Amino acid sequence: MEKEEFVENIVCVVDFLRLCGWFTNCCILCTGVDKIDTGTVISMAVNKPRGSSFSRNFTAASNTISQIPGLKHGPNGTMFLSSGIPDLDKILGGGFTLGSLVMVMEDPEAPHHMLLIRNFMSQGLVHNQPLLYASPAKDPRGFLGTLPSPMFSKDEKSRDRDAEQEKGLRIAWQYKKYFGEQNSEFQRDGKSEYCNDFDLRKPLERHFYSGQQIDCIRLQDSADLTTFHDRCSSFLSQTPRNDRNITCAGRIAIQSLGAPQCDFSDKECDMLSFIRSLKGTVRSSNAVAVITYPPSLVSPSFSKRLQHLADTLVSVKAIPDEDKEMAKLLTGYQDMVGLLSVHKVARINTQVPTILEATTFSMKLQKRRSLILECLNQAPIDGSSGSSYASSGSCSGSSKTGALDF
Amino acid sequence: MNVQLPNLLEDALGGGGQKGGGRVVLIEDCVETSGAFVLHHFLKRSLSPNSSDAVVFLSFSQPFSHYDRILRKMGCNLVVQRDNKRLLFFDMQMLDSVGREEEKTSEDLLLALYEKVHKAVEICLSPPRNITIIIDDVSLLEVAANCLSNIVLDFLHYCYSLTAEFGCSLITLNHEDIYSSLDKPSLLLQMEYHADVVIKAEPLSTGLATDVHGQLTVLDKGLGGCFINSGKIRNFQFRIKDNQVEYFYPGSRT
Repeated sequence: MEKEEFVENIVCVVDFLRLCGWFTNCCILCTGVDKIDTGTVISMAVNKPRGSSFSRNFTAASNTISQIPGLKHGPNGTMFLSSGIPDLDKILGGGFTLGSLVMVMEDPEAPHHMLLIRNFMSQGLVHNQPLLYASPAKDPRGFLGTLPSPMFSKDEKSRDRDAEQEKGLRIAWQYKKYFGEQNSEFQRDGKSEYCNDFDLRKPLERHFYSGQQIDCIRLQDSADLTTFHDRCSSFLSQTPRNDRNITCAGRIAIQSLGAPQCDFSDKECDMLSFIRSLKGTVRSSNAVAVITYPPSLVSPSFSKRLQHLADTLVSVKAIPDEDKEMAKLLTGYQDMVGLLSVHKVARINTQVPTILEATTFSMKLQKRRSLILECLNQAPIDGSSGSSYASSGSCSGSSKTGALDF
Repeated sequence: MNVQLPNLLEDALGGGGQKGGGRVVLIEDCVETSGAFVLHHFLKRSLSPNSSDAVVFLSFSQPFSHYDRILRKMGCNLVVQRDNKRLLFFDMQMLDSVGREEEKTSEDLLLALYEKVHKAVEICLSPPRNITIIIDDVSLLEVAANCLSNIVLDFLHYCYSLTAEFGCSLITLNHEDIYSSLDKPSLLLQMEYHADVVIKAEPLSTGLATDVHGQLTVLDKGLGGCFINSGKIRNFQFRIKDNQVEYFYPGSRT
């Protein structure tokens, strides 16, 4: 590179840095450009902090917040709360946004939504957060006995995963999948306390419940929603929004709102205004509300209204056990327990929609223990079509030889 | 620097918006594609520094901080505008719970709300200027009124009368797909009938893409005194960014 050209480039850099507000006193540099010692400019530039000047500096705030487990900063001044499923957190960009309303559309024939609720609540218990659970079941307290236990033997697990990865060659026909795996590994090591893996076979140990405040509400008892609403508001008043010090984050889970067991299931408008005001209260407090509802049991317009009310909208679906055609189409069909679709990602404090790479994910139980979500992968084409490659190859080959013959 | 793209939405609305007073605009969206960004566009346009227009904002769906953050990225400080009395913001998220305590019927509730709006419009008129009334989410207004759509229609009729009386513009957002399963969605049909401009936000039929977020259909009935655009349907696609929205014709993006 010519020296003049180089100096010119440096001047451009200096101008740019000045625009960025990095140099306050670089007028000297600009006036005495031709005499400038390129070495000093470079060293000055290098000495500057390497992070982009446009990114917000969280260090001051995060010092106070990092002490609170289970919360982390998101974009646009939002906070994330873990959903209890590491993969779902990753898909949603970090977790459920604090102050958001999450709707889960149930599968009418399978209790897959319970997997989400259980992990969500278990994570809350692990982080010692106040919980509220409402259900149309006869004994809502019984739900607490079904909560999964976190897996703490993390190092061991990641080690055996590494070993798994290192053994021999592997066919890299789905690059993205492997990238994802590595990233998640990294995240899990770094933020192990933010989100746990849960062992669905092991019930949560007793000591997690002790000293916990868990409100369990039987939806069958409340003839109308006013008493329930009051309990939710008093619960949420424990965690008021105060930007200075977030002490704790609450979790509300309402299972099967609008199920026919509830007395108010025919009063769709009451439910709507309940959810609307719940949404308002949740937004003004440090909590996340997860509500599941059966779309097939309510009227379509009511269902659409709920979907509009939701900040984050997710649906779960079971898959039939032996669907041979599907099994051919998708890899790992045997391990799948269901499908999860993300329809809407919370858009708080921003107007930009989050466009996901994929919206439908397969729910799998890894080693029959922990719930993982994976992108759907089309199965490799089996024998019959494989031969078509060969035949086409031979075809072109034969035509070539034919050309040579002539 | 990228070249300033022509704002197709502004073009479709009849350019500049200087003579846009007294118009009724209805924005329709669906679960897949939110039309809230069009509201933000109108809010920013009304509060732009080279006009003195005022905005009366009824928010049923989001708190003030949400709009404040969004508009700040678009170069408009709502807190300052609120202090200047150019923006009158009514946070209606907690409306019904207040009403329930006082044992009011939802009719009284909306009457009281209209009183508020009327008063706000009169306050804004003290130096005569264009006023825009924005209602974020009529479907939630409906929920607040106990799902009695007749009352909501009455309320909207009162608001339409304000556009005639004071030359206000009325901009409302509603969700089209809520009503698609109903036999006779009188609320949506009447809102469409009364609107001078209907803007529909829809997802692409081919699914979501990272660089095209959806398409807008703008139907200008040409009742606002601007006959150039009358009855014309314009269709274009958009990409939402933090500080602006890019509009472009289908297929014109490389």
